[in-house]
Formats: sequence, C-alpha cells, structure tokens
Amino acid sequence: MLDDFFVRALVAGTGVALVAGPLGCFVIWRRLAYYGDTLSHAALLGVALALLLEAQITVGVFAVAILVSLALYALQSRATLATDAILGLLSHSALALGLVALAFMTWVRVDLMSFLVGDILAVSRTDIAVIYLGGAAVLAGLVVIWKPLFAATVSRELAKAEGMAPARTDIVFMVLMAIVVAIAMKIVGVLLITAMLIIPAATARRFAGGPEQMAIIAALAGVAAVIAGLFGSLQWDTPSGPSIVVAALILFVLSLAPLMRRS
Amino acid sequence: MLKPADPLVQLTNAGARRAGRWLVRGVDMAVRPGEIVTLVGPNGSGKSTTAKLALGLMAPDEGTAVRRPGLRVGYVPQELALDWTLPVTVARFMRLTGHPSDDEVEAALTSTGVAHLRQNQLRTLSGGEFQRVMLARALGRKPDLLVLDEPVQGVDYTGEIALYELIARIRDDWACGILLISHDLHVVMAATDRVVCLNGHVCCEGTPTAVAESAAYRELFGDRAASALALYEHHHDHTHLPDGRVRHADGTVTDHCHPGDGHHHAQGHPPGGTARPSEPERRGKGQGDA
Repeated sequence: MLDDFFVRALVAGTGVALVAGPLGCFVIWRRLAYYGDTLSHAALLGVALALLLEAQITVGVFAVAILVSLALYALQSRATLATDAILGLLSHSALALGLVALAFMTWVRVDLMSFLVGDILAVSRTDIAVIYLGGAAVLAGLVVIWKPLFAATVSRELAKAEGMAPARTDIVFMVLMAIVVAIAMKIVGVLLITAMLIIPAATARRFAGGPEQMAIIAALAGVAAVIAGLFGSLQWDTPSGPSIVVAALILFVLSLAPLMRRS
Repeated sequence: MLKPADPLVQLTNAGARRAGRWLVRGVDMAVRPGEIVTLVGPNGSGKSTTAKLALGLMAPDEGTAVRRPGLRVGYVPQELALDWTLPVTVARFMRLTGHPSDDEVEAALTSTGVAHLRQNQLRTLSGGEFQRVMLARALGRKPDLLVLDEPVQGVDYTGEIALYELIARIRDDWACGILLISHDLHVVMAATDRVVCLNGHVCCEGTPTAVAESAAYRELFGDRAASALALYEHHHDHTHLPDGRVRHADGTVTDHCHPGDGHHHAQGHPPGGTARPSEPERRGKGQGDA
C-alpha cells in the first residue's frame, strides 16, 4: 500500500496533522503564532547545518529549533526589545542565514523550493516512520503535560501558586514544538508550518465547548485539510503543501458560516 | 509536630525589589488556620507583591517567606485574562489545577451559589458570577490557605456585602486561613481578624471595629452591611508625602520609610531615636491581635 507515492503522502500528512492540531491550540491560546513562525523559519538553517555535517535533516532542524528557543529565552530575560521584535529578528535572521549557508555549500545540490513549501509527494517510508515516531512522542508528551500546560495557559500565576511548575512545563512544550517543526517541514515546508498549527485549531474553536474537545477537532480538521488538499493538488496539478494550507483555509472560512456557528 | 496555631504562611522582615526599587520591605505577617488577614493599602503599596511573596510566586530579596510544608493553596488572582479563543466551561475550570470529584465540584459551586452555571462558558459570565466561580474553584481544592486578591472588584455594593458574607462563611465551614487583599482603605470585611496596612512597608496593623458600633456608618451602609463590613482606623505614626518622602510623627522628614530607620513604632523609642525595634516587640504586636 505504501508503494504508491500518493498513499505515502496521505499517511505522512495525516500523521503531521494529528499532532499539529492539538499543539496548534496552545499556539493560538497562548498567542505564540509568531513563535511558531520563528521556529519554522529557523528550520532552514537546520537544513543547512544538517547538510554541512552530513546529519539527518530532521535532527538538524530539531536542534536549531531548540537553539532558537533558548536564544529567545535569553534575549527575553534581558528585555532590551519587545518580544515580537526579538522574534522577528530571530525568525528572519535564521531564514536568511539558512539561505546564505545553503548558497555557500556549492557541493550540495538542493531543491530550495522543496524546503520552503514542502515536498510531501517525495516522502519515503523512513520519513513516515520518523513522522509517526516523533508524532507519537509529541502526543504522549502533550498528554503528560496537558493539565499543567492548560492551567498555566489560563493563568501562569494561578498554576504556580497552586503547586504546579509552569517553567518546567514550558520547557517541555518548547521541545514538543521543536519536534513538530522538524517533522512537519517535509510536508508543508518552512514557510507554511505555522499554518498547519494555527488554521485547523482556529477552525476547531467554533465547534469546541472545552479545550480537550478543541484539540481533537483541530486534529480532525487538519486531517481533513490534508486529504482535501492532496486530492485537490492531484486534480488541478497544484503544489501539494500550499494546496493543503488552502484546503485548511477553506475549512476555516466554512466554519465561520452562520449556520455552523455554535457560539 | 505541628501545633494548631502554627502559621500556614509566615513572612519575616520580607522584602522584594525590582529594578533596584523596593516594592515592599520589612513585612512581618502570618496567617494561621481559621484566621482572616486583610491587606489594605493604596495602589502600588505592595499588597499584591506581599501576596506573591506569601504564595511563593516571588522569592523575597530579603527576609523570609515560609509556607507550611504540604500547604494546599487556593488562589483567586486579581484578574484572569482569558483569551477569547479559549473554550472552557465552569465545570472544566473547576478542575484546572486539581482533581476534585463531581460531588466536590458540586459542593464548592453550591457553597458559592453558582451550581446552576456548571455548563456555561467562562467567557459568558458576569463579573459577580465570575468571582463566585473563581472562589468555588479555589474552594474545590480544599485549601488550607485561601488567597483572595481583591475579590469584590467589579462587583456592585450589594454583591460586595454578599461576597463578604460568603467569605466569612467559607472560613467557618471550610476551616481555612484566608489572606484577603482589599483596595478599600477604611472599610474591610467584618470577619477580618487582623488588618495589615501597607505602603511599601507595614504602616500599621490592628483589628477592625464593627460598623455596627458606629451609628453614622450604620446609617450610611444599612443594617445588613453592618454585619458584613467593619471600619479600620489607621494609627500611622508617619505620613507619606506626595513626593515620596515621609514625614514622621516627630516632625522629621526622611527620603525612605522602612524598618530600621528608627521612625516606626514610635512608642518606646528614645526621642528621634535611631534604634531598630527589638525583635520580640515586633513579633509580639502581630500575635497580640490574633
């Protein structure tokens, strides 16, 4: 079954969507959209480093995402710039550094477009294994920290006062985000990862009465977008990553329709 | 090991500093089981900082803040900035940090009179309902110590009295210590055991007198209020001037006002004294009122 590239694409995309949806809920609740952007833009630098060191690309992307998170944390505690300015600085510097580094490496031939907008039709069985292993780890981690993470999202002080450890939870969340960026890059590319995090979660908001419900609906909305996007891309010969995002957008717009509105 | 009178939380000469400025300094305060302590003071006087020190949200930069080991805290913060994208029902909110059973959730919501709101979204509640839900959530934890940061804000006057009656009942029914922060300098809740007035330090502390004893106030507030509200008469030995300096009872003016400059606790000190109040005297004051 996995012999067919289209089936592999569906399986891989589904795996990413199942993870990106629930994590994306926290991205919008905590207003971390720009943080997601920064991590995903930095992924290109991870690609360059991985090629340079002849390491796995996923590992390179994960490592750079962690480094960027740490840099953000260090810059934030100095508080010389507003957070959005720091994120903009890190995000685009990392993207530019990645592009420049790739240009320097004349000995490797890379298809830049495939990193920028993803190359889901080229996923291998190994890629699928990485996505599902990484994805399972992220979901397991999210289940473990769900309660304290959600409590700290509602009120960090309240969570801390009542015996939770928001600082520790934040570190785990940061690692989970880094993993998602690393496994999602192949599917939608560095420019569109944030879309996979945010759009299904935003769609789910309209139908959810509780946070857990919203996470599940977001995962399903993401899967629907992957399936619709891939079939659309096959039908009209459009690039697959952007097609998935367009499908997610259409679902979101539909969710705004008055008839389907719950709250 | 623990005696019943052991404080749930004790601040000893505690102070917190941010960016080189003391937010609050030299705070001695304790909350014991079954006791209500009210913190009053103007804006920026360090009430919330003091509460944060007590809760362990901030570490003291000097002095100590000691919580009883295993202390279970219920916290009602001053405000909760809920993102509109966050769907959460009252029932889910009740389980935010703990694992209360359905019966415990029901009991806590019933005790604050909002059991009928269980399935409502948090965002759709009115100010008064929200405060009661926040209170119920903290109670659902079966706390040893309840910390309430301005629980009556955004609640009208009758609602305020009802909330105070509720808090007094909570202390009796749930047998917890309560640390209450109030923006009102003169009117505090009647059940308060001790009032601590802050303005960057402890300006004065004491017990409130019942509104019922003051005919004029009783006329002003009405009979029901008389049993819920009390007056707190400040006995300051110094005045905070608009420019931040401090004029003391002996007429001297200093730049700062904190324990150790010798201007506090005027009684028992040599005129214009510079001696720091002795430790037993400072401690004794707090306990005498308890």
